[in-house]
Amino acid sequence: MSDYALEARGLTKTFGGFHAVKDVNLKVRRGSIHALIGPNGAGKTTCFNLLTKTLTPTAGQVLLDGQDITKLRSAQVAKLGLVRSFQISATFPHLTCLENVRVALQSNNGTAFQFWRSLKAVEPLNQRARELLAQVGLAGREETPATELSYGKKRALEIATTLALDPKVMLLDEPTAGMGHEDVEPITDLIRKVSAGRTILIVEHNLSVVSSLCERITVLQHGEVLTEGTYAEVSTDPEVITAYMGGVDD
Amino acid sequence: MTRILLLAALAVVALAAPFFVYPILLMTILCFMVFASSFNLLLGYAGLLCFGHAMFFGTGAYIGGWLMKEGGFSIELAFAATTLAMAALGWVVGLISARRGGIQFAMITLAISQFVYFLLLRAPFTHGEDGLQRIPRSDLFGVIDVSSNLSLYYLILAISVAAIWFFYRIVHSPFGEVLRAIRDNEGRVESLGFVPERFKIVALTLSAGLAGLAGAMKASVYQIATLHDLSFHVSGTIIFMALLGGLGTMAGPMVGAALIVMLNDHLAQFGEWALIIQGTVFLVVILFFRRGLVGELQAFIRRRSAKA
Repeated sequence: MSDYALEARGLTKTFGGFHAVKDVNLKVRRGSIHALIGPNGAGKTTCFNLLTKTLTPTAGQVLLDGQDITKLRSAQVAKLGLVRSFQISATFPHLTCLENVRVALQSNNGTAFQFWRSLKAVEPLNQRARELLAQVGLAGREETPATELSYGKKRALEIATTLALDPKVMLLDEPTAGMGHEDVEPITDLIRKVSAGRTILIVEHNLSVVSSLCERITVLQHGEVLTEGTYAEVSTDPEVITAYMGGVDD
Repeated sequence: MTRILLLAALAVVALAAPFFVYPILLMTILCFMVFASSFNLLLGYAGLLCFGHAMFFGTGAYIGGWLMKEGGFSIELAFAATTLAMAALGWVVGLISARRGGIQFAMITLAISQFVYFLLLRAPFTHGEDGLQRIPRSDLFGVIDVSSNLSLYYLILAISVAAIWFFYRIVHSPFGEVLRAIRDNEGRVESLGFVPERFKIVALTLSAGLAGLAGAMKASVYQIATLHDLSFHVSGTIIFMALLGGLGTMAGPMVGAALIVMLNDHLAQFGEWALIIQGTVFLVVILFFRRGLVGELQAFIRRRSAKA
């Protein structure tokens, strides 16, 4: 088994001649929390979408546990244990919290196409769904429609839904984006808690979150890898400082 | 408990109604309730706006009518065969359209329905503009006579209740749960390892089957099947019924269907004015009752109970 849970080789995406992502090589070590950072427009989200198969790369390869997943659809990738979250919180607003998580649990349950059975058929999943909700601090909110949750709680629900698939690799797209200060810390703690036994790649703007969570950091600029290292290394790199502070823009 | 009482009251009303109201009107209401529910399954629970839903209803009327008139089928077999045939058509339409969402899906279904319209206009067995006339109400199981309005009413009532129960079962099934999730956020469902198209195709298959059944029932009630049942006008009417009653509620589109059928029946005496009155009602609903009648009622009850 490869040391790296997720690997990108020469990943490139062009939109009509514009290189959004260019020859990105990325290795995410198994069991680590790895961050992808960079100034606005650096191609973080495009890169992220390529890794999760939401976009198809123009060139290059994506490997999950050493297996080439470049040609697979995002649903197939999810079955292999690579699950993403979204920048805009992705819950099912008109479903209750319990239903939100239960839908994800149905993914591996073989009941999803049973239109002739009552919901009793999925009641055995409720126990696990309640555990997952409790894990993210949503105990007692099982019957609340997702739309009525606060922004921070929606993100927590989204993480519970993702955890329902018991993914080997979780990709989190700006988990604290748009969050008030009081919500950032609980979510950071939650990510640390659920990272046990998993590999996490996270795209994040908030550098204090990155510094407290991530062992390795890859910095993107203009769609290319600028540098990679620990937070201490990266944050003192003159090129990174220039990229963030503006400086002389090639 | 209130629910059981409500259902019991409804059952009494439904059983006694034909002695007070013209049975043909009641049966029309039932047919459109089933048709509206099939539409609701798509738009209200899967987020799919089918702009040509009349193709399943109208084609169902032709097939059901032809099987009873020329095929010598007993009534229940004609209904069952029509349901299966329309489910098959729905499956084919799903294969073509389900990869698309939103307005593209609406336009593709509209295009296919126009295609089916002209196909049936040209097909010899439909008798073109004349339609299929004098369709017999063939015996139930080949032995029980249902040719009178009253006996047919009870048969149509029983089948409609079964169809609506089936609709309820689909919505409240493991499949229905995933379907509602797709309606809310398709991309997310896909990222959880599902292939949303497959669910949409199944939903379209089931919905088309129910719509076809409604069409076959209507053919047995009016003993005629015409191109009108396939027309865009009927596709539009069903959208109106669903919006009037309230999308995404179980009962809403059925209430909408009943109201519109009764309104049309009542307004028939006003001739052209009927359309103007209908348009006004539509405007009022869009402006003031966005959730539809049943949707607004539910919201009102929720607010009341939240206060209490």
